[in-house]
Amino acid sequence: MSILDAGAALPRPKIDLLPALTPVVVALAAAPFIGSFSTFLTLTAAGLAMGMMIFTMASGLTLVFGMMDVLNFGHGAFIALGAYVATLVLLPLASWSSADSVPLNLAVFLLAAVAAALVCGALGWVFERLIVKPVYGQHLRQILATIGGSIIAEQLLYALFGPDQIPLGLPRTLEGSFVFGEAAVEKYRVLATLVGLAVFLGEMLILNRTKIGLLIRAGVENREMVEALGYRIDRLFVGVFMAGSALAGLGGAMMGLYRGQVHATIGAEFLVLCFIVIIIGGLGSVGGSFVASILVALIANYAGFVAPKLALVSNILAMVVVLIWRPRGLYPVSGR
Amino acid sequence: MTLLSGDPPRGRALQVLIVVVVLALAFAPFLFPGVKALNTAAKILWMILLVASYDVLIGYAGIVSFAHVMFFGVGAYGAGLALYGFGATWGALAAGVAAASALSLVLALAIGLFSLRVQAIFFAMVTLAIAYAFNVLASQLSWLTGGEDGRSFSVPPALRPGFKWLDHPVLGVQANGKLLAYYLLFVVVVAAFLVLLRIVNSPFGRVLQAIRENPFRAEALGYRTVFHRTLATCISALGATLAGALSALWLRYVGPDTALSFSIQVDVLVMVVVGGMGSLYGAILGAALFVFAEAYLQDLMGGLSHLAEDARLPLLPALFHPDRWLLWLGLAFVLAVYFAPTGIIGALRPAEGKGG
Repeated sequence: MSILDAGAALPRPKIDLLPALTPVVVALAAAPFIGSFSTFLTLTAAGLAMGMMIFTMASGLTLVFGMMDVLNFGHGAFIALGAYVATLVLLPLASWSSADSVPLNLAVFLLAAVAAALVCGALGWVFERLIVKPVYGQHLRQILATIGGSIIAEQLLYALFGPDQIPLGLPRTLEGSFVFGEAAVEKYRVLATLVGLAVFLGEMLILNRTKIGLLIRAGVENREMVEALGYRIDRLFVGVFMAGSALAGLGGAMMGLYRGQVHATIGAEFLVLCFIVIIIGGLGSVGGSFVASILVALIANYAGFVAPKLALVSNILAMVVVLIWRPRGLYPVSGR
Repeated sequence: MTLLSGDPPRGRALQVLIVVVVLALAFAPFLFPGVKALNTAAKILWMILLVASYDVLIGYAGIVSFAHVMFFGVGAYGAGLALYGFGATWGALAAGVAAASALSLVLALAIGLFSLRVQAIFFAMVTLAIAYAFNVLASQLSWLTGGEDGRSFSVPPALRPGFKWLDHPVLGVQANGKLLAYYLLFVVVVAAFLVLLRIVNSPFGRVLQAIRENPFRAEALGYRTVFHRTLATCISALGATLAGALSALWLRYVGPDTALSFSIQVDVLVMVVVGGMGSLYGAILGAALFVFAEAYLQDLMGGLSHLAEDARLPLLPALFHPDRWLLWLGLAFVLAVYFAPTGIIGALRPAEGKGG
C-alpha cells in the first residue's frame, strides 16, 4: 500500500471549458448578421440580463432535481407568486418608487426582492411538506402531484389577486438607459445582471466553500451515501427546496418589474424556459444552468433580431443541438 | 367478449356505471334535449378518445407526455384548415385528417426517438417545451392558422344543422345534420376505443406494461424499450389526432384555445388520473365526470359564491367564483394522486384475484 500517499492532495477535477465558451461562440457567430456594433451591444446586454433572471429561477430547480430526483412542476407557481409579492410591496410604497431619491428607490426595490424571496421560501416549505414529501421516489406520481399543486397555487393566485394583469412600474432611478456612444443599455438590465451574478457567486461560494454546500453536492452525486454517513438528507433537502423556491420568487419579482406587469401566466411561461435551461445545462448542475441560461437568452435575442419567426422555436432548436452534441447536457452530473 | 378484446370492466358496480354512461351517450340527443346538453355529450365523446389514447401512454407505458394536446391540435387544425381551404367536402376532410395523421406520426416519431433514449424524465420536460413552442408557432403563423382568432369553417353539408334527412322528427328530435354529426362522432369514438382496447390487450400492450413496471427487466428479456415506447407514442398520437379532428368537426371552429392550450393538457391529466390510469375504461368515467363538472359545476359554484357573498364571508366568494372551478378539481386531483392512484376504476374494481 505504499503507492497510496494519504498526505497527497486529491487530484483536482478538470474543468471542461468548452461548454462554458458556447455563449461566446454564439455571440461571435451572430455578430456579422447583426451589422451595427451598437445594436449588437444592446442585444448582448439585454440577453445577459434576461439570462441572469432565468438563471435565478432555474438554479433552484436544477438543485432540487439533482438532489432528490424531484422534478418540481410547481416551480412556476413560485415564479408567479414572487411577482405578485413584489406588487404587494411596490404598489403601497409607490411614493418611495416615485421619490427623487436614489437610496429610497433602491430600498423599495430591495424590499420587494427580499419580500418575494422570503414569502416564496416560506411557502416552499409548505409546498414541500404537503405536496412533494408524500411521493418521494415515484416519478410519475411526483409529476402529477406537483402539477396538481401548481394548479391549486395558480388558482389561489387568481382568487387572491384577481384574474387581470397588475401593472408594475420601475422605481424612478432604475428607469432609462446608460448610453455608450450609440448603444443604449437599460439601467434595470444592468441591475438584473448584477443581481443574477450575485446569486451565482453566492451559490458557488456556498456549494464549494461550506460544509452545507459539500453535503448538497455529495447529495447530488449519491444520496444514499450521504445518508449512510449519518446526515439527515431530507432536512437538507427541505432547505434546498426552500432556497430554490425563494430564488424562483426573486426571479419572478425581477421579471415582473422588467415586464412592467404581473400575471399568473408568467409562471407557466418561465417554467418551460427553466426546463429547457436545466436540460441544456445538465440536470443537477448549477454551473451548467448558468451557462445554459446565458446561451438560451442570447440565442433568443439574436434570433429575435435577425429572424423574428425563428426566435419562437430558437430555444427548442438550441436544446436539440446541444443534446445532439452532449446528450446529457453541457455539464453532466455523474450518476444522473 | 371479442369486441372488448377479452378485457371487460371488472366488478359489478363498474360495469353498471360504464353501461349507464355509454347508454346515456348513445341516446343523448333523445334523452337530454337542448343545445348545451348535446354539446356537453359531444365533448365527452372526443375527450374519451383523447384521454384513452393518453392512457395508452401514461397508464400502460408509464410515460408522461405533455405534448398529447399538441397532437390533438394537429388533428383539429388539419381537419379545420382543410375544410377552410379546400371547401366543405368529404374529400377535403379526409385529406386534412390524413395530412394531420402523417404530421402527427412524424412528430411523435421524432420526439420519441430523440428523447426516449436519454431518460424517461427527460421526455416530460422535452414534450412540455415542444408543446409550448408548437402553441406559440400556431398562434404566430396567422396566415395559415388564423392566429389567436383561429378559423371558422363549414362542415360537409350532410352534417350541417340545416340539413334535413327526414321530414318528420324521430322520437321528438329533429332529424337534422347535427344529429348525424353526433352519431358520426359516436361511431368513430366507439370504433377507435375498441381498437385501442385491442392494442393494449395485445402482446405489444403486455410488453408496454412490463416496461412500465421494470424497464431494465423488460430489456433483459429482449424487448427493445425504445422501440416499444416510441410505437406507443405514435399510437397515442394518432388517437389524439383523430379526437382533434372530431372536435373540429363538431365545433366548426379551430383555434389555440380550443385545440392547443396547455389548460387542455392539464384537463386531460386530471381526467386520466381521476378516471384511473392503466385502464382504458377509466377514460370513459374520467372524461364524462370532468366534462360534466366543467359544464354544470360552475353553476353550482356560482350559487355557492353568491351565498358566501350574502353571508359576508371573507375570501370564500372569490374561492367559489365560477372561474375558480379548476381550483377544486386541482384539489381533487392531488387527493386522487395520494389516496386513490388508480382513480375511480381502482376504487370500484374488486381486489385482484377475486375475479368478477
